[in-house]
Formats: sequence, structure tokens, C-alpha cells
Amino acid sequence: MEFAIKYLPLVILLIPLLSFLILSFFGRRLPRQGDWLAVSLLFIDLALSIVVFIAYSTLGKYSYTIDWFDIGSNPFSSPSKFTIGFVIDEISAIMLVVVNTISAFVHLFSVKYMEGDFKYKKYFAYLGFFTFSMLGLVLTNNVLLMYVFWELVGVSSYLLIGFWYEKPAPQEAAKKAFIVNRIGDVGFLLGIMIIFFTIGSFTFTDIFEQVSAGALQGKLLTAAGILLFCGAIGKSAQFPLHVWLPDAMEGPTPVSALIHAATMVAAGVYLTARIFVMLSPDALTFVTFIGTITAFISATIAITQNDIKKVLAYSTISQLGYMIMAIGIGAMAVGFFHLVTHAFFKACLFLTAGSVIYGLHHVQDIREMGGLRRKMPITFYTFLIATLAISGVPLTSGFLSKDSILAATIAFAEINGGITYLVPITAFLVAGLTAFYMFRLLIITFLGEPRNKEKFEHCKESPIQITLPLIVLSGLSIFIFYTPNPLSADAGWFLNLVKTPQSLLVGAKGAIYHIVDKIEFSELVHHAHYPAMALSLLIAGTGILFAYILYHWKKVDVDKITERIKPIYNFSLNKWYFDELYDKTAVALTMVLSRASAWFDNKIVDGMVNGAAYVTKMTSFFSGKFDNFVIDGLVNLTAGIVGFFGLIFRKFQTGKIQTYVMFLVFGIIVLYFIFR
Amino acid sequence: MGEVGLQHYLILSAIIFGFGLYALISRRNAILVLMGIELILNAANINLIAFSKYSGLGVDGHVISVFVIILAVAEAAIALGIILALYTNYLTVNLDEANTMKD
Repeated sequence: MEFAIKYLPLVILLIPLLSFLILSFFGRRLPRQGDWLAVSLLFIDLALSIVVFIAYSTLGKYSYTIDWFDIGSNPFSSPSKFTIGFVIDEISAIMLVVVNTISAFVHLFSVKYMEGDFKYKKYFAYLGFFTFSMLGLVLTNNVLLMYVFWELVGVSSYLLIGFWYEKPAPQEAAKKAFIVNRIGDVGFLLGIMIIFFTIGSFTFTDIFEQVSAGALQGKLLTAAGILLFCGAIGKSAQFPLHVWLPDAMEGPTPVSALIHAATMVAAGVYLTARIFVMLSPDALTFVTFIGTITAFISATIAITQNDIKKVLAYSTISQLGYMIMAIGIGAMAVGFFHLVTHAFFKACLFLTAGSVIYGLHHVQDIREMGGLRRKMPITFYTFLIATLAISGVPLTSGFLSKDSILAATIAFAEINGGITYLVPITAFLVAGLTAFYMFRLLIITFLGEPRNKEKFEHCKESPIQITLPLIVLSGLSIFIFYTPNPLSADAGWFLNLVKTPQSLLVGAKGAIYHIVDKIEFSELVHHAHYPAMALSLLIAGTGILFAYILYHWKKVDVDKITERIKPIYNFSLNKWYFDELYDKTAVALTMVLSRASAWFDNKIVDGMVNGAAYVTKMTSFFSGKFDNFVIDGLVNLTAGIVGFFGLIFRKFQTGKIQTYVMFLVFGIIVLYFIFR
Repeated sequence: MGEVGLQHYLILSAIIFGFGLYALISRRNAILVLMGIELILNAANINLIAFSKYSGLGVDGHVISVFVIILAVAEAAIALGIILALYTNYLTVNLDEANTMKD
């Protein structure tokens, strides 16, 4: 056991990397391009992470740190040592299992789904690389290293969204995801810088120690918290940076399940949960409202979407907003609980969508589906369980986590009062909307009569490689895995293991936020539990009922309602015009700036270069003239003088002895007269 | 006129040397140049013998002049050989025309 917790985390981290390396270099030579290797390595990884989890639950928290490098004494930072290390605590141990479970089943699913793709081995290599990065992000105990893995996750997400880069849409989507994430990452990096300059260490334990000692406080602490959270806004697709996630659905569907529903987008929530204790009241207010706004906006968009994956994408954003909101209001444990339950049922939903798309040969528009229940029973029932879970129907995991969050929002509003009552109101409204749009999706896709007869005829249930992950993941959406009591998660192992830590700034008051003691808070939550449950059941039931009335029993003509509320409908269908808004503002501004800088480059910088060239040319022209006339003139003058004398002296060189003799005699006579 | 003395010999010798030098310098014909050289040598011989007679050196001057004569003979033989070779090459003994090394 001791051994397991010490060394296995590193093994778990490196196995997917191994899969990536083997498939990248030898994939072509392996039988079946090595997919069996990737799948089996991931299942081994899953088994090992369960071992680590068991080891953790008996041995407790384990953290391991080594020195990475030393930058020596310098004026910028007092300590110069950088460390790396991993930590196994309740959050990372659970995340290990979650990430590996979903990754392993997505690998299995992909074997059939991606069959025949000409980049088959590359796909599995990328999946391994992603899993490696995600596990690194989860395991690290160090915010700098987390940033490194954060970016690696972003890169693998980019590669997988743009996996079918022969088509223009995935290219654009991959670029958009990468660039939008970069905006959030800038904030994350700035937050890390603030922490490094004030605290001088990157490890979470050091940071929290110094924050509680008061090394970082006041506005700077708020700024650090909000900036770190900016990373989460990008990665977890929170408003206003949520626009990349729906486009990311251009990637293969299992990728959407793994990355854009269950794991990578949860990284932002994971980060927020990690830094929760150091968030100041104002930062927490920011977090809460971002989460609430996100949950609401994307829920309203999801209602009108017609692409099966787009509905799920917006529902993912909405649920991520829920988790962020839960952490913001101080219920970190239930936020994290929702992350885990959501990871399973949302991965299941995406994989069932993948199964439907596989069965219908790449049809994604729900208006061409319908009646699939008869053709794909397993897919239908797994989808049903996951839909019940996300809608918050009792006996499912989603009910437990969502209900705890709703209770916490009520407690939160009771403490702070005033404008904060918007949070529970929105949360309940979103719960109703979620139930409505998820059942709308279910009814249109699986119930009723087939709309596209031809496609329907050719459709059949997917093979075992696809249905097995569905069954397992939908099974994990049932309450029994988390708690024995189907109505409350409080008695379950999960919430007993993961406890909301006490904020370091307990008692601090912000503009509208008051951080209270966690015991006081949990009592209020407990108090609010049953009213919240009753209300949420009522609202979810209403949502489901409306979905049935409108889409199944067709008591009211949907088109007529749509026609009557056309502006609102279009507003939702066009995703609140966020893309257009960003096109007109941020993108346009960027274009103007880039044009201006291009102009500056072309005219000023190039002008300076050309000017320098012109000056050089002129100088060289004159120095050329100088060379030609003065220097060459001197040389030619010398030569001319020499030549002139040569002309004279050559007269004497006749080549005739007699002349020489004559000169000789003449010379002797002259010498005679001189020396006489 | 008086008695013939050393200076008479020397004057004769100088005149012959002058003729020889003139012939050496001014003649174009190689044979005539050679004859000029002979004149110069004989002028020297006259000097040698004259000094020998008036300075009481015995027959030293005579001996040297015999050597000179012998040398002159050898020289004449070689020089005539050269001239002959010159003639076979250039079909002339005019020294001005034997100027191929000048160019």
C-alpha cells in the first residue's frame, strides 16, 4: 500500500504517454495499428488508479516534492528553487479514477467508431497524449506545473478538435478553441505571476500557508484569485469565453465525450476547487456570478438547438456553470461532486450521441431522427438513464449532486441576502430548463415516428464495443455508487471523503459576499435541503412535463408558439448572437489593430528599412565615386608616372652592346672628371 | 723632336686604343667590332711593354703581353665561331639585326 501511493501515481501518469509514444513511432507496424495496445494500456491505468485510490483511503494524503532547478540568486525572486511534485489527496485520487475510467471507455468506444479512418493510429496516439496531460494536471501539487499541463491539455484538445483537418469547419473550430482558451490562459499566467512575486513559491500548500499568514491580501489577493479563475473561464467554457465549446463539437464524438464533456472542461472547475480556500469574498462573488450567468445563458441556448451534439455542448456549459457557481457560493465539495457525477453521465450522453451518429451514418441533426428507440434499444435506455441523471430525477447521481448544489444556493442567499437571491432563482430556473431541453432531445431523437424513413431503415443497434461503454457509464450514473440513501448524498462515502475545506479568509466581508464558517454554512445547507429537494423535483417535473406536452403528445403546436415568440426564439437559436457580437467587437477590433500594425509595419518599419537602404545606397554611391576617381586616380597617377619614366628609360635599353659600351666610356669620362 | 720617351709610347697606345674603341662602338659589322677589340688589346700590350722597359721590371711586361696575345688568339677563335653561328642563323653579320632577344 505504501508502495502503491508512492510510485504508482507516476506509473499512472506515464502509461498514457507510453501509449502515445508507441503508437506514434510504431503504430503503423503493429497489428490493427495498435488500438488494442492503447485500449489495454488505458484499462491497466484504470486498474492502477483504483489501487491508488484504495491506498489513499487507507493511508491518507500523500505528497511528494523534488527540486526541479535552481535559478540562483537574482533580484526578481527571493527563493530561487523550483520544485515539482505530485499530491494524492481526496480530489486528485477521485479525479484519477474519473479521468481514467472515462478515458479507458472512450478508447474502447473509439475502436469501432473510428474504424477505417485513415489517421486511425494517430487518433489513439492523441487520445493517449491527452490522457497523459490531464492526469498530470490532476496530479501536480504545483501551480506552475499545473499551468504546463494545462497548456498540454489545450494542445491535445486542439489536435483532436481539428482531427479531421481536411474539412474547413474542424480547422476553424480548433483555432477558435485554442485562441479563446489563450485569452483565459493569459489571466491564469498573470495570476501565477502575482503569486510568485508575493509568495515566491508555486506549491499549493506553500501558497495557502503564506496567504493565511497574510503575505498576500486585500485587493491583490482578489486580483490573484480572479486572474487564476480566468484560466478556468477559458478552459471550462464559462461566460464570456464559452463560445469555443459548441464549435469544438466538430471533433470526433468520442473526443467530445472525453475532452469537451467530462475531463478537460472540468479542469477549470478542478483548478477553482483547488484554489477555493484562498479566494477572497470579492473573487468568490465574481466566480459565483460568472457561474450563474453561464448556467443560465447556455441553458436558454440549448433549448432551440437542432444538432444533437450542440444541445449536449450547451448543456455541458450550463452544468459547468453550475459547478463553478457551487464553488463560488462556498459549497466546494458538492461542486466537485457534481463534477464527478456530471463527468459520467455527460460522457454517457455524448457516447450515446456518438452511437446514434454511428448508427445513422453521420447524421447529427435531430430533425432527421425520431423513433430510434425501436432500432437502438440499448442506446435508448442508456441515454434515458443519463438524461434522468442530468435532469435531476431521484435515484440518479445527478439528482444527488444537483440537489446539494440547489440547497447550498438557498443557504448562500439566506446568508448574504439582497441581490444574491438571484443565484438560487437562476439555479432553479436552469434546473427546469435542463430537464426540458434534455427531454426535448430525448423525445425528438428516440420517440415518435421516424422523420427520415430512409436513414431509419438502414439504422441498427451499435456493436458491443460501443454499447459496453454506454452501459458502464450509465450504470455509474445511478445513486448507489455514491451513497446508500437515494435522497441525500450526505451519508455517502463521497461527501464524507471530500469535505469543503475551511476558507482561509473566514469572516471576511466583501461588497456583497460574506464568508461564513463552514460549519455554520453546512447547517444552513442542511436546513435548506428538504425544501430545495421538493422545489427542484417540482421544477424538474414541470420541465419534463412541458417537454412531453410540446414534443410527444403535441397538445400544443410548437411551431405556433415559435412563431409567436419569434424574436426570443431567434435570439436563443442564434446563441444570443455571441459569435456575431465577438465578430463585431473583439474580432473586428483585433482586425483593426492588426491592420494598423500591418500599416505600421509596411509604412514605418519598412520605410525606415528602406530609408536606411537608401542612405546606404547614397553613401556607397559617393564612396564608389571617391574610389573611382580619387583612389583609382592616385593609383593611375602612380602608374602613369612610372610609365612615363619607363618611356624615358627604355630608350637607354637598346639591347646593343655597343650602346652600352658607349655609355660605359661616357661614364668613365664623367667619373674621371668628378674624382680627378 | 728629341729622344723617344715613355710618353710617346703612351700616346701611341692611347691613339690605338681610341681607334679600337671607336671601331668597337661605331661599327655595325661584327668582324670590324672584333678588329676593334684586337686594337684595344694591342694598345694594352704596347703599354705593358713600354712600362716594362722604362721602369726596370725586366721582362715581366713582355711575358704578360705574350699571355695577352695568346688570349687574344683564343678569343678571336671563339668570337669568330660565334660570328659564324650568327651568320648561319641570321644570314648576316650585322649586329643591329641580331636583336631577337630584345623583343
